[in-house]
Amino acid sequence: MSNTPVDNGRRRFLTVTTSVVGAVGVVGAAVPFVASWNPSMRAKAAGADVQVDISKIEPGQQLTVKWRSKPVWIVRRTADMLAELGNHDDRLRDPNSDEPQQPEFAKNAYRSLKEEYLVLVGICTHLGCSPKFLADGEFAKQAEVVGVNNGFFCPCHGSKFDLAGRVFSGVPAPLNLQVPPYQFLDDNTILIGSAEEKA
Amino acid sequence: MKKFLAALFVLVPGLALSAGGDVHLDKAHYDLTDKASLQNGAKLFMNYCLGCHQQQYQRYQSTFEDLGIPLELGQENLQFTGDKVSSYITNNMKPANAEKWFGAAIPDLTLVARVRGADWLYTYLRSFYADPKRPMGVNNLVFKDVGMPHVLQELQGRPVLAHEEAMVDGEKVERYAGIKAEGGLMTAEQYDAAVLDLVNYLVYVGEPGRLDLEHKGKFVLGFIIVLFIFVYLLKKEYWREVH
Amino acid sequence: MWKNLLDWIEYRIPMMRVANMHAIQYPAPKNMNFWYVFGFLATIVLVNQILTGVWLTMNFVPTAEGAFASVEYIMREVEYGNVIRYMHSTGASAFFIVVYMHMFRGMIYGSYQKPRELLWLFGMFIYLALMAEAFMGYVLPWGQMSYWGAQVIVSLFGAIPVIGEDLTVWIQGDYVISGATLNRFFALHVIALPLVIVILVFLHIVALHEVGSNNPDGVEVKRPKGSLKEEEKTKFEMHEYYTKKYDIIDDVVPFFPHIVLKDLVAFSVFLFGFCYIMFFAPEMGGKFLEHPNFEIANPFKTPEHIFPVWYFTPFYAILKAVPDKLLGVIMMFFSIILLFLLPWIDRGKVKSWRYRCGFHKVNLLVFAGVFIFLGYLGGTPQAEWKIIASQILTVMYVMFFVLLFIYSKNEKTKPVPARITK
Repeated sequence: MSNTPVDNGRRRFLTVTTSVVGAVGVVGAAVPFVASWNPSMRAKAAGADVQVDISKIEPGQQLTVKWRSKPVWIVRRTADMLAELGNHDDRLRDPNSDEPQQPEFAKNAYRSLKEEYLVLVGICTHLGCSPKFLADGEFAKQAEVVGVNNGFFCPCHGSKFDLAGRVFSGVPAPLNLQVPPYQFLDDNTILIGSAEEKA
Repeated sequence: MKKFLAALFVLVPGLALSAGGDVHLDKAHYDLTDKASLQNGAKLFMNYCLGCHQQQYQRYQSTFEDLGIPLELGQENLQFTGDKVSSYITNNMKPANAEKWFGAAIPDLTLVARVRGADWLYTYLRSFYADPKRPMGVNNLVFKDVGMPHVLQELQGRPVLAHEEAMVDGEKVERYAGIKAEGGLMTAEQYDAAVLDLVNYLVYVGEPGRLDLEHKGKFVLGFIIVLFIFVYLLKKEYWREVH
Repeated sequence: MWKNLLDWIEYRIPMMRVANMHAIQYPAPKNMNFWYVFGFLATIVLVNQILTGVWLTMNFVPTAEGAFASVEYIMREVEYGNVIRYMHSTGASAFFIVVYMHMFRGMIYGSYQKPRELLWLFGMFIYLALMAEAFMGYVLPWGQMSYWGAQVIVSLFGAIPVIGEDLTVWIQGDYVISGATLNRFFALHVIALPLVIVILVFLHIVALHEVGSNNPDGVEVKRPKGSLKEEEKTKFEMHEYYTKKYDIIDDVVPFFPHIVLKDLVAFSVFLFGFCYIMFFAPEMGGKFLEHPNFEIANPFKTPEHIFPVWYFTPFYAILKAVPDKLLGVIMMFFSIILLFLLPWIDRGKVKSWRYRCGFHKVNLLVFAGVFIFLGYLGGTPQAEWKIIASQILTVMYVMFFVLLFIYSKNEKTKPVPARITK
């Protein structure tokens, strides 16, 4: 060892700066490893917007399509079905769709862009089962909801939703069914995955 | 002497043929930053190559995005299958048919530039010549007895091995003078440029991340220099007390 | 609070004690030059290979049908997939570069001599496991070179009399290299061999710290207890594990921060070269990633020339130098076994080539040249003169050991200094 006096200020400065530069390097080196967990190009391609031809859906019928590997329902509601939506608000957990379970455009009484067409992600907000579509009084019978003829009933834990995807109170599911972003490309075509951008 | 020399010069290309991989390759001065060239290359590929050769590991969408082609425009003009824009660049040729028609499986061209190299491709596509002895009517200087037809013939014209008269040692001899083509839609220079565009595109598809990687690499190397300076100074500081 | 937590842990597991003993207050000779950074670099590369390897496994498909496509998927569709893949492929070659430098360091400074024989043996076993690891890893992308390289190497076992044929089929799990082979190589490459390597590296370091680091002078820095005067002992605080048993001479520095900083300087230089190759020339002109390997494996079409990757080519040249298949395989393994036996072939008492006879220096340099030239011969297309050249070089390779054995017995050495010079 020599007798050169140790310059502590310089040493401390260099230690701190080198540590900082080193830490930046470690964070930088971590970037590829973290980023590689993002959805790959394949996942993004599979999760791309889906175009659906809705001209073939009869009134009162449901069509299920796949979007981002999840079932998406398109239900063409009849006038009766629409009329029924107003008669059971008192029995719903979130009748006015206050919870952010839908894009802004669907925050209305019908939870849809056009009254006639209901678009929902078909996954129960409880534990992820796919509820059944029950129409023409079947809902009242199977789900035992007096006076509501049409709705969705989850076979797993008995959660009940009306034909706007609104959850009834007293069931396990906490939230209304989710409305995905979508738009009408023309009268017969829906694009699921992205909403129309506001001008 | 004169006959011997003439025979020699006629034989030279023949010798080159039998030597296979030892043919002189022209340098392909491709440029991955030249979007216009890449777009033209992609157009040539989709129109002339894709009928038989796939690029099954590459998506149309990535190609369009990387080459600056708007997706709708690309789908309309370059994608003939009607599939989604995110689908892979494939065709409907059945492998069994390929075997029957060409006598060999048709190679996928996604990585051909990484297997063969740009220079080889550039030379190969400009080295077809008419050879009535071959089933497709053409042969190739760098790929002897190739099973593939000369699909770019309508652009280049019918290529033949040309010979010219020249004076060697005061004697007139006939010697090999390269490939000459006539009757195509392009001049020789235009054809070379088009092939270069195609090669450029094939190099791009071989490694689509090349430019991005080099861009990142510059930052990384810059950072390492900074790291080196600080680590070196700190090391000096601590080792001053030793010795 | 922080201190309490550390005390709590220390009472239950010797965290600080082990850190102090092996990573902080470990006495390292102060004259360790640039040849001494490759062990540290090898450790860094090992960590890199394990991390990037784990991440590649997340997207790699170990089947004959899916392997090639999944590599292209990683290269094109996974975010930063190409970066991670090139880190791994460049790392493989970097591993062998630093390991070869590390081994040559051991040879020129006599780091295999008593008392470091076991240290050298552990190192050689690491090298052997690394070769197996690299070979199996190269099969995984399932390109033409993967396939045919595996074909050539596995068929070497067919040279063994009587059981050869059956052994080959057993290793392949099929009558040719196939998906079954790929599957088992994948399992060995990602789990079995990395475990073996990590355990061997651990033993290598334990053995090193028990006997202490050698240095370019080959002068031991740990002296018998009571042999040094107080002013000759090191002024740095070293761990009592070392100071209780020995007197440590004043020619050492603590591992932290001195050696760590020195290693980090070397690391940043190494990293610059590594990243340059990785980002700008990952194929390294077809040496790190061979061109035919960008073509999917085809059992019906052999590539024009088959070479192993560059780090195997010296031994491949030795294999090809012997005209008989079985003898060639034996010769190849023998050339590696000779390296294992180095501590006993060298009968000299002086470690560093600085103080050994001039012929020893020549012998070492010629050996290095022979090794590199053999690598060139094994990695380029066949030619008539190359067979003769590789036969001569194979003899020269063996002669290094033969000559060493002879002259080291009564070698005329220079006096070794009592203290580390400089």
